[in-house]
Amino acid sequence: MSKAVATKSDNAYTADDFTSDEDIRWCPGCGDYSILAQMKKVLPDIGVAPEKTVFVSGIGCSSRFPYYLNTYGIHGIHGRAPAIATGLKAARPDLSVWVITGDGDGLSIGGNHLMHAIRRNLDINIVLFNNRIYGLTKGQYSPTSPAGHITSSTPAGSIDGPLNPLSVAIGSEATFVARSVDTHTKHLGMVLKRAAAHKGASFVEVYQNCNVYNDLAFGYAWDRKQRPDNMVELEHGKPLVFGSNRDKGIRLNGFNPEVVTLGNGITEADLLAHDEHAEEPALAYILSRLRYPRFPEPIGVLRSVELPSYEVLMDRQIEEARRNRGTGDLEALFNAGDTWQVS
Amino acid sequence: MSTAESEIPAGRPRPVRELETATVRLAGDSGDGMQLVGTQLTNTSALAGNDVATLPDFPAEIRAPKGTLAGVSGFQIHFAARDVLTPGDRLDALVAMNPAALRENLRDLEPHGVLVVDEDAFDAKALKLAHYAENPLENGSLDGYQLVRAPITKLTRAAVEETGLGKKLSERCRNFFALGLVYWLYGRDPEPTRRFISNKFKNTPDVAEANQRALEAGWNFGETAESLTGSYHVPPAEMAPGRYRNITGNQGFAWGLIAAARLSGKELFYGSYPITPASDILHELSRHKQFGVRSFQAEDELAAMSSVIGAAFGGAMGVTASAGPGIALKSEAMGLAVMLELPLLVLNIQRAGPSTGMPTKTEQADLLQVMFGRSGEAPMPVLAASTPADCFDTIREAWRIATAFMTPVTVLSDAFIATSAEPWKIPDVESLSTIPVTHPDASSNGASFMPYARDERLVRPWALPGTPGLMHRVGGLEKQDITGNVSYDPENHNHMVRVRARKVENVASVIPPQAVDGPDPGDLLVLSWGGVYGACASAVARVQQSGASVALANVRHLHPMPSNMAALLSHYRRVLIPELNSGQLRMLIRSKFLIDAVGLNKTTGRPFSAVEIEESIKSLIR
Repeated sequence: MSKAVATKSDNAYTADDFTSDEDIRWCPGCGDYSILAQMKKVLPDIGVAPEKTVFVSGIGCSSRFPYYLNTYGIHGIHGRAPAIATGLKAARPDLSVWVITGDGDGLSIGGNHLMHAIRRNLDINIVLFNNRIYGLTKGQYSPTSPAGHITSSTPAGSIDGPLNPLSVAIGSEATFVARSVDTHTKHLGMVLKRAAAHKGASFVEVYQNCNVYNDLAFGYAWDRKQRPDNMVELEHGKPLVFGSNRDKGIRLNGFNPEVVTLGNGITEADLLAHDEHAEEPALAYILSRLRYPRFPEPIGVLRSVELPSYEVLMDRQIEEARRNRGTGDLEALFNAGDTWQVS
Repeated sequence: MSTAESEIPAGRPRPVRELETATVRLAGDSGDGMQLVGTQLTNTSALAGNDVATLPDFPAEIRAPKGTLAGVSGFQIHFAARDVLTPGDRLDALVAMNPAALRENLRDLEPHGVLVVDEDAFDAKALKLAHYAENPLENGSLDGYQLVRAPITKLTRAAVEETGLGKKLSERCRNFFALGLVYWLYGRDPEPTRRFISNKFKNTPDVAEANQRALEAGWNFGETAESLTGSYHVPPAEMAPGRYRNITGNQGFAWGLIAAARLSGKELFYGSYPITPASDILHELSRHKQFGVRSFQAEDELAAMSSVIGAAFGGAMGVTASAGPGIALKSEAMGLAVMLELPLLVLNIQRAGPSTGMPTKTEQADLLQVMFGRSGEAPMPVLAASTPADCFDTIREAWRIATAFMTPVTVLSDAFIATSAEPWKIPDVESLSTIPVTHPDASSNGASFMPYARDERLVRPWALPGTPGLMHRVGGLEKQDITGNVSYDPENHNHMVRVRARKVENVASVIPPQAVDGPDPGDLLVLSWGGVYGACASAVARVQQSGASVALANVRHLHPMPSNMAALLSHYRRVLIPELNSGQLRMLIRSKFLIDAVGLNKTTGRPFSAVEIEESIKSLIR
């Protein structure tokens, strides 16, 4: 069922206009609530009408997201949200299409679709809620769980190494890659708006707490006191400075990043300066590899470059065919080539 | 060559015999271009006014090792002065470009049939590859045929020498030499093929010239070779007045899709993953972007099916196609499409299975898969096309049902009709009826939109994103009827399972009653579906001529079936269901109608011949 919303002029919407009347069924305390709240908060700012917005998801806790927004929505099948969104956006370039996925949905069963949606660069926004665990199936380890993780399916600890979502996105030729944290609400809102504004496929990883099966997996990023030492906030053109006293930084030694303390002859000029528009993704890739506890983990926009989006190129080919051959004529199609008359 | 032999005088040195019908097969190595010249022979025969039916028969390997039995590729064509429904049972003429082609195809040649071989290709190495202990051209084993030993390789090389092509390129013109010889044998006008060569090789004039010369050399060889006792003439067939062209089943599907999109005012979104024998639909559609065709080559079958669901949600005409193995991968998303109740088409060009099976060979073994191969009870309408030309019509029918009932629809074809060709009477575009599609309008009266509210046929509305006031969410979770909200209520699920099934059953109210060709009531009803139709129709026509009380019903609507089916089946003492599987339609008919239907079944990867069906009919009415 849908709550009726009268059409309004752009930017006249409120968070309420994007709120559906479906009861929310996430566990109390789940990080998804915070992400939903931020999404509702920024959608009016993004300014696309609810009826022009579609949320597409797969299966998993995160994938219930579309039910709670009063936009159009498809709760799809496990892992296939990027493929469903691809067909939708290719058929309807006029719509604003969001994909909501998780670490299991997007990187395990749907890894192939995620990779291809990203490299095709459709103008869609993919938000991957990473809680490093399977929640809806009751706590098995996921492709982002750290090695050794003890879960119901790995009582002796997992023996496979994890995937890094941002590295996967960069390896898939992403034009926009960002990361934020569920409880870092202001930052999350900023990142979601940046993703929406980007023309092309935007990939956003959100650290999301599963308080039932993997509580505080990102405690180091969550805790307000620890965060400044464990996270480095990226800003285009600015050096990578972090720490409660803002006295630490990231420096490149060849291809290897290292943490340095400012002072004793080391200045901000020696630090790695962030360039989200770098043509080559090498820098973004190095940033994506920074892992707690050895390094602070970057949040913000790692990469943002412009390339033509898939649906625009598809439209262009159709227009070109029409320019060269005219709008399709069935009679001409059927009669092309060898025909003969029987009288 | 059968029937009506009469010598008619012509301006040629040797007699021209008139025939009502002829079946010819061109066979060679995969790289010999047999499919190309087979298609040319099809075109020129159709242009000469014959009715035609073809059977391309090639291996899955692009180029199996040269000269091996595994690499043999054949193209069979049946052309006639009357209506033809099959590519022919037995060969009147066989062209074998090497020993392997001879070994693989000789068994199908009629006694005293014309056998043309490239004698240059029968060297020791090639004979060994074909497992011939001694040269069959020399040991008298071919005495029962009209053997024409043509030095095709040598004569082709000589004919194209002046074009300056190297040895390898020269020898690639052998197929046109063989075609030229066949053209002489059947008095075919080479002009359309000359035009074809000029056009196809327009960027390589020397290759074009060489092929023209090879074609002419082949014709000239026919005129002079003493081993050929004469040539043949197959007069034009009587066909309904109109303009005709040849069409293959896959082409019929592609053009049917373009037409259906146009007639319903929809943009066609075609998402698919390459697979034999369905890929040609993707190729054909991708060439026609001026019709607004959005063709999308997905990363896999799951994505292809999923993309079509997204496109359908957006309001496009979403279509995907595959063969059995791909349909297996699509099944999960097909289930979602049933749950979402969105209109879209899934085309299954069946091939021999299970698993990878024999990718280029035909079979009808996916009927139960498309009927039931999904989790839970997920019914969807199933239609089958019967001939290449029928593919064009079946698509429009399927899309009409999909949109009228908000349901995914499966359309079955098979490798045989997908790749074979027949004359198609080009329809008058104005005469094609429109396919009305409606969407609910914007709502601004504050009332809630009910995405699963249903009309009297149980059909829900197709509300499109972009429409104010109709925002709604659909998904694979069970939903409350009418509101569409997620529901785990036991009674609601029980209700929804039945509603989805009843809605599909309601399709029977809009499809035509099952037609019958022949006596009703009668002794025997032959029930055909899909590509077996042609052989069944030929066989039934033959036994009807002998006065037997046998009728044919060709079923396009496999699910739901026409509402008169039960009554119709009860009008016959026996029911015979020939299928290229182990009895799948028979299983459905027996369980649905509780009748003791008899099966004629084979899974050889090849279509039935009319004779096989005829023998089965005779054994039942004896």
